[in-house]
Amino acid sequence: MENLENIVSEHPFLKGLDPQYIQLVSGCASNVRFEAGQYLFREDEEANWFYIIRQGKVAVEAYAAERGAVIIDTVEEGDVLGWSWLIPPYNWHFDARAIELTRAIALDGKCLRNKCEHDHNLGYELLKRFAHIIEQRLEATRIRLLDLYGNGK
Amino acid sequence: MATESNSMNTIVPNPMLPQPFAVQRVRRETHDTFTLELSPSEKHGFKFSPGQFNMLYVFGIGEVPISISGDPTRQKTLVHTTRAVGTVTKAMYKLKRGDVLGVRGPYGTQWPIGNALGNDVIIVAGGIGLAPLRPAIYQLLSQREKFGKIVILYGTRTPDDILFRKELEQWRARFDLEVHITVDRAMSGWRGSVGVVTTLIPKAPFDPLNTVAMVCGPEIMMRYTVTELQKRGVPTNDIYISMERNMKCAIGLCGHCQWGTEFICKDGPVFPFSEIKSLFVRREL
Repeated sequence: MENLENIVSEHPFLKGLDPQYIQLVSGCASNVRFEAGQYLFREDEEANWFYIIRQGKVAVEAYAAERGAVIIDTVEEGDVLGWSWLIPPYNWHFDARAIELTRAIALDGKCLRNKCEHDHNLGYELLKRFAHIIEQRLEATRIRLLDLYGNGK
Repeated sequence: MATESNSMNTIVPNPMLPQPFAVQRVRRETHDTFTLELSPSEKHGFKFSPGQFNMLYVFGIGEVPISISGDPTRQKTLVHTTRAVGTVTKAMYKLKRGDVLGVRGPYGTQWPIGNALGNDVIIVAGGIGLAPLRPAIYQLLSQREKFGKIVILYGTRTPDDILFRKELEQWRARFDLEVHITVDRAMSGWRGSVGVVTTLIPKAPFDPLNTVAMVCGPEIMMRYTVTELQKRGVPTNDIYISMERNMKCAIGLCGHCQWGTEFICKDGPVFPFSEIKSLFVRREL
């Protein structure tokens, strides 16, 4: 069986990180599993984790009155879910619900924030990687605002 | 009616003259799209290449360019899929079995199936853009062993807007084909992906250096798709797009669809991206 440190070091999100940092990050990691329909987190709850999805699919949802839960994004194998642990006040902005059986590595945000405060190089490395994900999501949101398939009509 | 060619002394059909085709069936695909099946009156059927289009004429209303969405090997039925948006297509939607429609064509360039032999093929479709790509998919599947991986990425607004849903499900069930569908937004019953189609490209299983990409959808979707394909490493020469702009005569005479030095009706609609990339980003054309 693969150990957590190997899984963490091989994931595209953390690949290339200095081995000493991989060890530090892995110290905050745990293996988790969510059944289909189970929530990984709910809006307004304290954001103490982020997830590296290893298998399965998770819907990021917003609740809209009269329409119910609207899926605004899905994340799956290879994706990273959640950055609210990084930005005060550390609360989730959306719900995240497993659409199918989902296996992930959960990383403890509080634990990581402490380590980043003690070692700013680690903090900068992680921030660069999250900035890339945030940029991708922002770009996808902007493209969606352009109404790609409807010619804007 | 036909005109006589003096030099060849042969009868050449007038390309501006619609031929009557009987409506076999009008099938509703989604809330605003439909498929029209027509019977060619000639006994030889209707030959076309994937990617080509016809001018369809609703008598007394008008004529519109519509891509052919059927199987090129089944020449007894001519199939078009379109969105009911304008006067002509809305009138077309009201046609019934036995009604007669005028057809001119086929016109334009085709998808580069030959160039794709031995390579992986990635097909990226957005919304109604799946219709002009469907003949190419049929042709690829009819000679499946001649290609590497075949990946179909399809994006549309909502689950209700998915075109050719049953067929996509059949293709997805095949072991020799990768089909990924994503929608812009969905309610909680949807179990598929949500997000723009471009987000599927980084993870799609194809070898970028040995891949032919065929892309069709609104221009803005194609623009971002091409960017993602290039980021992934697909050479510009191997990316093909299908354009759609104001085609009226379909034979390069009227100039309505002139795009820089190109006429979309006769130089396109399928273009190698490398040939039109300078036009693609220019605003004043």
